[in-house]
Amino acid sequence: MSASYPFGFLDEYAKKEVRRSALKAVAIPGYQVPYSSREMPMGRGFGTGGLQLTLSLLGKGETLKVIDQGSDDSVNAVNLRSFIEMTCEGIHTTTRTDEADFIQSRHRIPEKPLREDQLIVLQVPYPDPLVIVEPSEDKRKMLHGEGDYSRLLVKLYEDIVKFDEITISHRYPTRINGHYVIDPSPIPRWDVPKLHQSPALILLGAGREKKIYAVPPYTNAEPLAFDDVPFRTEDFIDKTGQRRACNRCGCTSSFLDEFVDSNTGEKVYQCSDADWCDEQRSTEKSESIDLEEREVANG
Amino acid sequence: MGYVAIKGGSQAIEGTKAVFDYLRTRQSNNAQPLDSDTIEHQLRLLHSRVISEGGVYHPKLASLAIKQAQGDTLEAAFILRAYRSTQPRLAETPILDTSKMRITRRISSAFKDIPGGQMLGATTDYHLRLMRMDLLDESPERFHAITKNWLSERTDTDIPDTFPKVLEGLRKEGLLPPINKAERSQQAFDITREPLIFPVPRSAALATMARAEQGSLLAIAYSNMRGYGDVHPTVAELRVGYLPVMLPHPITGELTEIGEVEITECEVVAAYDEQGCSSVAGGRKPGATEGDGSKDKPTFTLGYGACFGHNEVKAVSMAILDRSLQKGMKDGPSNPSEDPEYVLLHVDGIDSMGFCTHYKMPHYVTFQSDMDRLRTTQQKQDQKQNQKEQTA
Repeated sequence: MSASYPFGFLDEYAKKEVRRSALKAVAIPGYQVPYSSREMPMGRGFGTGGLQLTLSLLGKGETLKVIDQGSDDSVNAVNLRSFIEMTCEGIHTTTRTDEADFIQSRHRIPEKPLREDQLIVLQVPYPDPLVIVEPSEDKRKMLHGEGDYSRLLVKLYEDIVKFDEITISHRYPTRINGHYVIDPSPIPRWDVPKLHQSPALILLGAGREKKIYAVPPYTNAEPLAFDDVPFRTEDFIDKTGQRRACNRCGCTSSFLDEFVDSNTGEKVYQCSDADWCDEQRSTEKSESIDLEEREVANG
Repeated sequence: MGYVAIKGGSQAIEGTKAVFDYLRTRQSNNAQPLDSDTIEHQLRLLHSRVISEGGVYHPKLASLAIKQAQGDTLEAAFILRAYRSTQPRLAETPILDTSKMRITRRISSAFKDIPGGQMLGATTDYHLRLMRMDLLDESPERFHAITKNWLSERTDTDIPDTFPKVLEGLRKEGLLPPINKAERSQQAFDITREPLIFPVPRSAALATMARAEQGSLLAIAYSNMRGYGDVHPTVAELRVGYLPVMLPHPITGELTEIGEVEITECEVVAAYDEQGCSSVAGGRKPGATEGDGSKDKPTFTLGYGACFGHNEVKAVSMAILDRSLQKGMKDGPSNPSEDPEYVLLHVDGIDSMGFCTHYKMPHYVTFQSDMDRLRTTQQKQDQKQNQKEQTA
């Protein structure tokens, strides 16, 4: 007995349903479209929502990039990519943000601005930003319908009273097209401004919670904030007031991962976006080559 | 220093697959690989559990899933469920009549003497849980002799083909609410094709529980039994056996038996209710759906549980939760077991184990973001403290 799988693993009816749900999601920006969500051969919570979108939308000849935490080579990204390659014959994969038609990502949006002809799918563990103030989905649906986000704003206000700071670190509630507030998936606050007026279509898929939603191209995306307490992204300023740089490529404008050098015991920072880091390094190299060449020419 | 982030993923994954498979095979030199028939028969109840939670009646693939998952029920059910995603839904059976089941076990704890009689069948309920040391070193001869001896002592006429349902008697006496015909004619909710959007019909709740993880169902049902709820059930009937599956013949359209599935079915009777709880799904107005004169008489209420395979704890738990959820849908939940969102969104083993497992994945970015918030908060509070000290 051999199990042979259809293109994109899912049966045709399932793919059709996902496509139609995605269309609806684009038509109602930020609205969480319920869909039946099939079981995938990897764990719920490992990106099965994003994966179902990818498998349903990706076509032959298209080029895919899969990242997890900004890295193409993290265990989960590798696993997802090889599964998609196995079940979607005739697609190409890449690690270059530039070359990808289609990007599936967990927890990050690439540093490099995306283009109109690109599409990014974000994997979502909790689709509903109201879950932190209301556990019942039935009640949350009503709050969304009425655009009633007062309890979320109260939560932000209480944070400021208690901690002098809004404590939501990632999954920052963001209002789309002036109505629905979404959970933008666990991207850091750093990536939230990239949702605003993005040229690329952003699709969000929650497999376990069975929801698809979207930030269509060129749509407003505003993180919740107050007039006197603006939204702030993670800052990477050191004690001397300097912006920390990536230890590897020297970039001072990217989201940094922090870890401890096992040899020296010192804290080290590196770009979280691996492709961005590589690109900075290669341009740096070619610039220094240019410089050398110029020096040679001048000398 | 190189790029330390999470490099080497592909190699690591291949490595872990290899060692996982190695652990399956490291036994002595004369070890035999498990074959799927052995799993289906000698690990019968494990097999039942996986087929039920996997939600596809495919005994052979269920055995394979158990072998592949090295006995992990959650993992095995998961493999089976994922296989299901590749299969289109081709047809839908009509409502199948469980009184036509080929019974292997049926009991009632409500009545000593039920029509057709009690039939204990295969159960561990009355076993002393003492170690059977003789099984430690069982010879193939003795193993085969057990089947032979057991069969030689039976005759075909020992067991009737079918048994009447215990509930029929109670219904005739007017102790149960009449069958809700409106509910019966409704199309059953297909949880594999539609997401649950609350409030959901009872058929959606039953379907969700039928493939739920046994331990999760048991835990929530147990909370109800212990006092976070008030179902106080009596098992009117519990039956295990093979249910004929009927589909219309492709040419004549006549209902034809296409095979049978092993199922466990349980009906519990619970404390009586003024209007009869079963009219809930038909409408909130008391008695509005029933046309006969008995509508105002108090009756017992019912809970129903059924699942693939031989899983009695699951069927009983499900029946109790069906009853508590009906109450919650009618009057609003007053404890977790009566809350449809609480119960139905937390009992699926594939969902819950998947999400639990995902916490082992890297969360570097979100944790970085968390640290940023904590450090900023600490800084701000330090500044405040300093200011206070300066002014003091």
